[in-house]
Amino acid sequence: MEHLPVLVVIIPLLTVPLCVLLDHPRLAWLAALASSWLSFAAAVGLVLQVSDTGPISYLLGSWEAPWGIEYRIDVLASYVLLIVTAMAALVLFAARESVRKDIPEARISRFYAAFMLAFAGLAGIVATGDAFNVFVFLEISSLATYALISMGKDRRALSAAFNYLVMGTIGATFILIGIGFLYMMTGTLNMADLAARLPEVADTRTVRAGFAFLAVGIGLKLALFPLHLWLPNAYAYAPCSVTAFLAATATKVAVYLLLRFMLQIFGLDFSLVLMPLDTLLLVLGLIGILSASMVAVYQGNIKRMFAYSSVAQIGYMVLGVGLATTTGITSAILHLFNHALMKGALFLALGGIAYRIGSTTIQDFSGLGRTMPWTMAGIVLGGLSLIGIPSTVGFISKWYLVLATLEEGLWPVALLVLIGSILAVVYIWKLVEAAYFGTPEGNPEIKEAPLSMLVPMWALVGANIYFGIHTDLSVGLASRAAAVLTGGAG
Amino acid sequence: MELPGLYNYWVVVFLMMAGFYVVISQGNLVKKLVGLGLFQASVFILYITVGKVSGGAAPIAVEGITSYSNPLPHVLILTAIVVGVATTAVGLALVVRIYEAYGSVEEDEIHAQDLVEDDISEDPPFTESEVGKQ
Repeated sequence: MEHLPVLVVIIPLLTVPLCVLLDHPRLAWLAALASSWLSFAAAVGLVLQVSDTGPISYLLGSWEAPWGIEYRIDVLASYVLLIVTAMAALVLFAARESVRKDIPEARISRFYAAFMLAFAGLAGIVATGDAFNVFVFLEISSLATYALISMGKDRRALSAAFNYLVMGTIGATFILIGIGFLYMMTGTLNMADLAARLPEVADTRTVRAGFAFLAVGIGLKLALFPLHLWLPNAYAYAPCSVTAFLAATATKVAVYLLLRFMLQIFGLDFSLVLMPLDTLLLVLGLIGILSASMVAVYQGNIKRMFAYSSVAQIGYMVLGVGLATTTGITSAILHLFNHALMKGALFLALGGIAYRIGSTTIQDFSGLGRTMPWTMAGIVLGGLSLIGIPSTVGFISKWYLVLATLEEGLWPVALLVLIGSILAVVYIWKLVEAAYFGTPEGNPEIKEAPLSMLVPMWALVGANIYFGIHTDLSVGLASRAAAVLTGGAG
Repeated sequence: MELPGLYNYWVVVFLMMAGFYVVISQGNLVKKLVGLGLFQASVFILYITVGKVSGGAAPIAVEGITSYSNPLPHVLILTAIVVGVATTAVGLALVVRIYEAYGSVEEDEIHAQDLVEDDISEDPPFTESEVGKQ
């Protein structure tokens, strides 16, 4: 049990060479699936252990903490690890059928290898307590992600992957520069040690420059509003299972990095009082919510529409962080969890539709309410959750967000959040209208998506409802994590 | 005294901005990758400079030497160099596949071809192709 923090990362990492060596589509899939469920079990163990005994510190190779690399799992890290591993396990369950259709057979085993590499990288970012290690895992997951995106069928996937590679590398290099500046001033790379030593040297130009580099670098990875340009095409043209995984995890891990670096390492005093990060996040978050939702309304390709909607949802999370109160940060962490559930369900459902129809344009949706009732019902429920209808998870996170803005007396912000929800109604309605009131064109023999894709999708839809009613687990963990970040006892 | 002491940092800033500028301004994908490589290389030099202690020897335990350069940033940057090589490799592999798919490595030509494809899905003829290129 004491090795759980490293097992979460090592299990998927070891599956990567295994998948390549097996070189057999079915065996590689089985290996990936098994290791993702093992990793998920380890994450569940970590959540239990952390809530039992408090933060876990794991010394890699038994080197003492500030010198060696430390894996540190606190409430927030265990929570995000749970999301990442659960999404990987569910998406891989659904992936087999859709991957068989999307990717040439000779490449399938290497596809799973890249998938597991991306997964291991994301889990590593969350588990590690070492700033330089973050950069290494970030690049591991990013490089694997570029390869995954480029495997999309459409040739535009290639240019989307290339653009993401250029922007992602700039972002990661900015993070590297930022970490270098912090190391220059403190001589340490351990996060807890950095947090302890930074206040002494906080008021220097080097630290402020490091902060700026880190903020921009993480903003790029996060797809924060003006830096989001890589995201829509990357999500739209990647294979469906990749989109579902990335939408549910990659940006969430970036939000985690934002919280970790800005609130814990730099500390609230530095990030929010000395540097105007709160105002910046508040304004960019709001612009992101409104502009991306508006663009989403006009998209003809539904995958692209939900990609823009993801940019908007990231705006909600960033807005919560920007409020900088315990309630605000709780709403951000809560939305991180809830958005993973919604977008996981929605993109898996789109994967089912792409599997049967081969495209995801709005025209192809006409009549789908009758030909693929279960898939469409899943999309409608996921969409309701995205809008924030009561008794879905979307409502819970919006509720906390609006509550946090009202606590601060920022009612215009609360109003804009609600306008964002109305825009979500508009683009979800477009889908519903096409699917249920449009007439099926030409192809009457479209069948329901295969069961292996429906089950994980409905598991997520069920989670959307379950956690919308039973909020103890998600809200409890989120508010405890937020209390730790804002310096409370937790 | 200031300038020679900060000489390396001036080089870093110059290389970084030059690389960044190439990435933004060049339409050719291979040249973009060259710029990206330059941009990353500047950060390598930054880290290596950070570790240098003036008058310090290489960090090898030899009698009579008391001042050593800090080896940690140097080791860190070895990792970053590997990452940089991997990034360039993935980037070049993507460029090869883009060339196979589009027959071009110029950003604007690729973009124009994408626009044409979007038009085809709405109206049949090829007439908009010249408009798309501008």
